[in-house]
Amino acid sequence: MSTQTSERVDAATAAIAADEASGTVLDPVARDAGALDGQPTRRSNVARLFAQGRRPSWTLVVAIAVIVVAVLWAAAPWLFTSYDPIDGVPAQKLLPPSAEHWFGTDAIGRDLYARVVYGAIHSLSGALIAVTVGLAAGTLLGVVAGSVGGWLDDVLMRVVDVLLSIPGLLLSLSVIILLGFGTVNAAIAVGIGSVASFARLSRSEVVRVRRTDYVEAAFGSGGSFASVLRRHVLPNSLTAVVGLAALQFGGAILAISTLGFLGYGAPPPTPEWGLLIAEGRNYVATAWWLTTLPGLVVLVVVLSANRISQSIGRGTR
Amino acid sequence: MSVLEVQDLRVSYQTRAGRREVVHGVDVTVEEGEVVALVGESGSGKSTTAHALIGLLAEGGRVDGGSVALGGVDITDWDQKRLRSVRGAQVGLVPQDPVSSLDPVRPVGVQVGEILRVHGVRGSAARRGRVLELLERVGLDDPALRARQYPHELSGGMRQRVLIATAIALRPRLIIADEPTSALDATVQRRILDLIDDLRREEGTSVLLVTHDLGVAADRAQRLVVLNHGRVVEQGPSAGILSSPADPYTRQLLADAPALATEGFRRPAPPLFIRDAAAAAAENPYAIVAEGLVKEFAVRGREAFRAVDDVSFQVRRGTTHALVGESGSGKTTTARLVTRFLQPDAGRIELADASGALADIAGLRSDGLRQLRRRIQLVYQNPFSSLDPRQSVAQIVAEPLHNFREGTRADRHARAAELIDRVALPADVLERSPRELSGGQRQRVAIARALAIRPDVVVLDEAVSALDVTVQARILELLESLQQELGLTYLFISHDLAVVRRISHTVSVMRRGRVVETGSTEDLFSAPTHEYTRELLAAVPGRSEVAA
Repeated sequence: MSTQTSERVDAATAAIAADEASGTVLDPVARDAGALDGQPTRRSNVARLFAQGRRPSWTLVVAIAVIVVAVLWAAAPWLFTSYDPIDGVPAQKLLPPSAEHWFGTDAIGRDLYARVVYGAIHSLSGALIAVTVGLAAGTLLGVVAGSVGGWLDDVLMRVVDVLLSIPGLLLSLSVIILLGFGTVNAAIAVGIGSVASFARLSRSEVVRVRRTDYVEAAFGSGGSFASVLRRHVLPNSLTAVVGLAALQFGGAILAISTLGFLGYGAPPPTPEWGLLIAEGRNYVATAWWLTTLPGLVVLVVVLSANRISQSIGRGTR
Repeated sequence: MSVLEVQDLRVSYQTRAGRREVVHGVDVTVEEGEVVALVGESGSGKSTTAHALIGLLAEGGRVDGGSVALGGVDITDWDQKRLRSVRGAQVGLVPQDPVSSLDPVRPVGVQVGEILRVHGVRGSAARRGRVLELLERVGLDDPALRARQYPHELSGGMRQRVLIATAIALRPRLIIADEPTSALDATVQRRILDLIDDLRREEGTSVLLVTHDLGVAADRAQRLVVLNHGRVVEQGPSAGILSSPADPYTRQLLADAPALATEGFRRPAPPLFIRDAAAAAAENPYAIVAEGLVKEFAVRGREAFRAVDDVSFQVRRGTTHALVGESGSGKTTTARLVTRFLQPDAGRIELADASGALADIAGLRSDGLRQLRRRIQLVYQNPFSSLDPRQSVAQIVAEPLHNFREGTRADRHARAAELIDRVALPADVLERSPRELSGGQRQRVAIARALAIRPDVVVLDEAVSALDVTVQARILELLESLQQELGLTYLFISHDLAVVRRISHTVSVMRRGRVVETGSTEDLFSAPTHEYTRELLAAVPGRSEVAA
């Protein structure tokens, strides 16, 4: 209790000042606009979300479609291509994109489209592991720091500052050197790189929610620290964190591809997206499709994840 | 020729469910040198009307019909560029919120000078001279110093004066004052309204005063236009409307306006502690006794700020004690000390327990503090922030029971339903989210939550200040009836003397952290002894009308 007192006092005085300064009335024009005639019908949260969503914008629909396709590639790649991603037909090497080979073929005659489709599982599961690691560790740090406050907050946040001050790629590489090469290790390394931003965001959200009247009212109704945290603080502060997770998902695909490109990820001949681009690098002058098309796939998937993240973020406001 | 003539104005907003008309054909006329008050509750369309006149509707707003004429010139179809030549030069706008209406990173002098620059006053020396003149005109001392200061260095009243200086800079013929004093204390409010009055008298400026406060409108306006749901329900000379309102809505509004009420005072109700044998036997008529409370806040680089300085008061069981004061008087801090959200630096707070004996609660810690919440509950000012938006009303009301592990889930739900019924809300709100409720309904939910564990004392921190007068009147009635039936003791924190007069039995007037006067409401209102109390009473709008 005593560790929180100083922060509580600050929050309280600030809140009092804000209350007394702002007077009583909210923005009148907005209020006129939003004034309700009768009582609105009863709706569940999900139904309200859909009602608020109006007609979703077409970019969001496209983004969701892209992610769904990518997930299906990962789940059932054999439905999308009849070629084998590992064994090539040497006679058909370095063919440009055509109706038979949509993305062309590589130096040992493997169908590039098949390799991209089969590679989805590596990139997506890697991104999922990375985001999970970052989300779990970062949110835990942030929530503890924000809710307990005091010296623990200071210590945790300085650790986070240190993490933030190291360039992400360098941090990931260092972690991989410690853990060893491989898809999963690369994913964990990328996840550790994103712990800091998750911790920052979740701490700031928790601190914001903790200063609201309803959290104080919950303490005023006899709530204990843990119950108020569970019932009020966490549900109200995690939406923004989920938005960040979607954003980080795109970033993680990119980072894992980067590590794959540098040779720290899955070993060849695994059709990992970053590795595909790296392997195509030697043929840039003669076979542009080997780098360009997998690169475009990565680009589109990352952009889609960001678009979805943006719409989640907007929903919270 | 009228300064402003509005005919059949229609405004709609784009909402999720399509276009919604919020102003349905409003007619307003303002004559030369006249103050016309646009009165209505929130959602009545009064601010929308005022903003639509000069093309400053919020995003999604659109004027669908009607005409607006300024000094005989029809400006209805003017585009933004042409309207810009009107704004400031012919119509000055005094916005509602002095805190957010000034740019925090520029000195106020520059901001006042900007309107001169935009409207083509050349030469910085000439502008500077005019700015100082204006700041002096609106009653700011030492204009040269003020012009160099930033908004955060000025008080709310000073900032509103700066905004008025901007509005009158080009000597407009009409000033639209949109709730110019709603965010200010009563004494500051009076001075600002006096200033607007002076300007009108001396410069012949007409004023369109938008307000929700019938007392303010009655004091200051020659004519009233009463709006309800985007329609004019009644308009005419102020005196006529106040003495013989024709429309039922106006009558309701007048009856509910605390400032205009003339009913008697509440006397410390004998029923409770005469009837209640336990209270009489305990020989202790008090539910709360506070003695010598002190609370200081540390301020970086300066002496600690003493927010509450030697405050003492007693509250009899089953009565309402009001703490009255302006912002910064320490009344909210006192409320937070009594509810023990803050730890007093010195002094005693005693609360009567079940047997009626007083026990000190100033030193309680952790679990003792948690158990204290069974006996004392706080209701917040802002019902929009005090309810968790992710919970249903039933969860919110049952929360204290949940926290104290009282009853089974079904018991708690039944109790929540009973309480919702008790605060006169329909049973179907139980499963709704607070987002779907209006301000008044939310405050009822907050009151139901406070009553859930049957506390003896409820502290109401500006609990009705954010509500419209009619809603406010209903909530006050509810509080009175709850007090009578449940024998509750209220500590009522308010800046609004008119409300205090209605609800409280005894009053303490606070100023700068000290109690300057304490007494029964009747004594204090009819024969105030302290200078400051008299000043506060004089500042209550609508009193002149009552006296007349």
